Amino acid sequence: MTTTPTNTASANPASSTTGHPALAQYVTGLGDDALVLSHRLAEWITNAPQLEEDLALANISLDLLGQARTLLSYAGEVEGKGRTEDDLAYLRSEREFRNLQLVEIPNGDFAVTIARQLIISAYQFELYTALLSSADETLAALAAKAIKEVDYHRDHATQWTLRLGDGTEQSHARMQVALEATWPYVEELFDPTDIARELAALPGVAVDPSTLRESWTAYVRPVLVEATMPEPQPNRRSRGGRRGLHTEYLGHMLAEMQILHRAHPGVTW
Amino acid sequence: MTGPAQRGTGEPVGEPVGGTGTDLTAEGGHGAVPTAGVPVPPVAPGRVTRRGWPLWEVFIRARRGLSHQHVGSLHAPDAVMALRNARDVYTRRGEGVSIWVVPATAIIATSPDEKDPFFDPALDKAYRHPTFYDVPEGVSHL
Repeated sequence: MTTTPTNTASANPASSTTGHPALAQYVTGLGDDALVLSHRLAEWITNAPQLEEDLALANISLDLLGQARTLLSYAGEVEGKGRTEDDLAYLRSEREFRNLQLVEIPNGDFAVTIARQLIISAYQFELYTALLSSADETLAALAAKAIKEVDYHRDHATQWTLRLGDGTEQSHARMQVALEATWPYVEELFDPTDIARELAALPGVAVDPSTLRESWTAYVRPVLVEATMPEPQPNRRSRGGRRGLHTEYLGHMLAEMQILHRAHPGVTW
Repeated sequence: MTGPAQRGTGEPVGEPVGGTGTDLTAEGGHGAVPTAGVPVPPVAPGRVTRRGWPLWEVFIRARRGLSHQHVGSLHAPDAVMALRNARDVYTRRGEGVSIWVVPATAIIATSPDEKDPFFDPALDKAYRHPTFYDVPEGVSHL
C-alpha cells in the first residue's frame, strides 16, 4: 500500500473523518468475493485430479486470500468502528456477507470449478483494470497488484476450458453441464441495482459493474467458441448477493470457515 | 479425470515403449530407468490413470546470467499445461525468471551398465582440472 487509508479518506471528497459507510460497503463486497472464492478453492486441496492441479488451485486460492485480506482490512478502516479483517471474515453472519452468489456455489466436479473460475476471473480482470484509475488510491494500488494475479487465474481457467470443451466426448459433455450450471449466476455480476447507493456516493471511486459487461463478453465468448462450447442461455438468474441474500450453500461454508475462530476467539498459531 | 489426457498430440509418452532393446528414459528425474518390459497395471476402459499424462522434466533459470538448472519433473497433458504446472509447482517462492519444460522421453540418458567405460577413465586425470593456476578474483560462475 502506498498510502495510508486515513490519507486516502481525507483526499476523497465524499468521505468524512468518522467513517465512510458507502466505501466500506463497496469494499466489503469485493473482499467477500475474494474470501469466499478463496475458501471454495481451498476445498480442492488434496482432492484435485492431479498433484500439479492441487498446487495450481491452492496458489489461486492464496492469491485471492491475499486480496481479501487487503480489501477487508481496508473496509474495516474506512468503516471506522475498529473492526479488523478477522472480525469481518469470521464474526459476520451469512446475511452480512456481500459477495456475489457465483463464488459461493459448491465446487461440483472439476468442470464446474473451471467454469466458475472462467466467469469470475474474467470478471475480476475487467474490474481491477477499471479500478486502476479509481480516485481511491488504496483501491488503485490493490488493483495494480491483483491484476497480475487475476491475469494468471484467467489464463488457467481458459486453458482448462479449452481442453475440457475440445477434449473427449465425456469432458465436453461435463463442461457443457458445468457451463449450464454456472451461467445463471453471470447476470448478477453486472447488475448495479444492489450497489446503486454506493455507486452514487462514490463517483470515480467505485466501478459500475454494468460497464464491464462488454469487455468480459469480448474475452469469454471467443474462449467458448474455441472450446466448441455453445454459450448457455439460462432462463433464470441469481440476484441479491450484494445485499446479503445468498444461496443455501453459503451458510454451511461459513460454519466450516468460522468455527475455529468462534470456538477459540483470538486463537493464533 | 478422463478428458484432457487424450487431447491434441497427447501421445501417452509416459507409457512404456515397446521394442526389443533396453529403452531408457529419465524417469522422474532419477536418471536412467529401463521402461521396456516393465509390467503395467491393467487400465479399465475409459479411465485414464496418472501414467496417462506424459512426464516432463523442468529446468529453471534462477536469474539472468545463470543457466537453466534441472529442478524436477511433473505430469501434464501437453506442453502448454506443463509450463503452467511448472510455474505453480516450482516457482511459488520466486525461484525463477525463465522455465524450460522438456518431454522426459526426449532425454537420452546414459545407462547404469555403461557407467564404467563412460565415467571411470576421468577419475585419475587430475591434470584436467583447472587447479594449476590462480583464478583472478571477481570471476564468478567459472
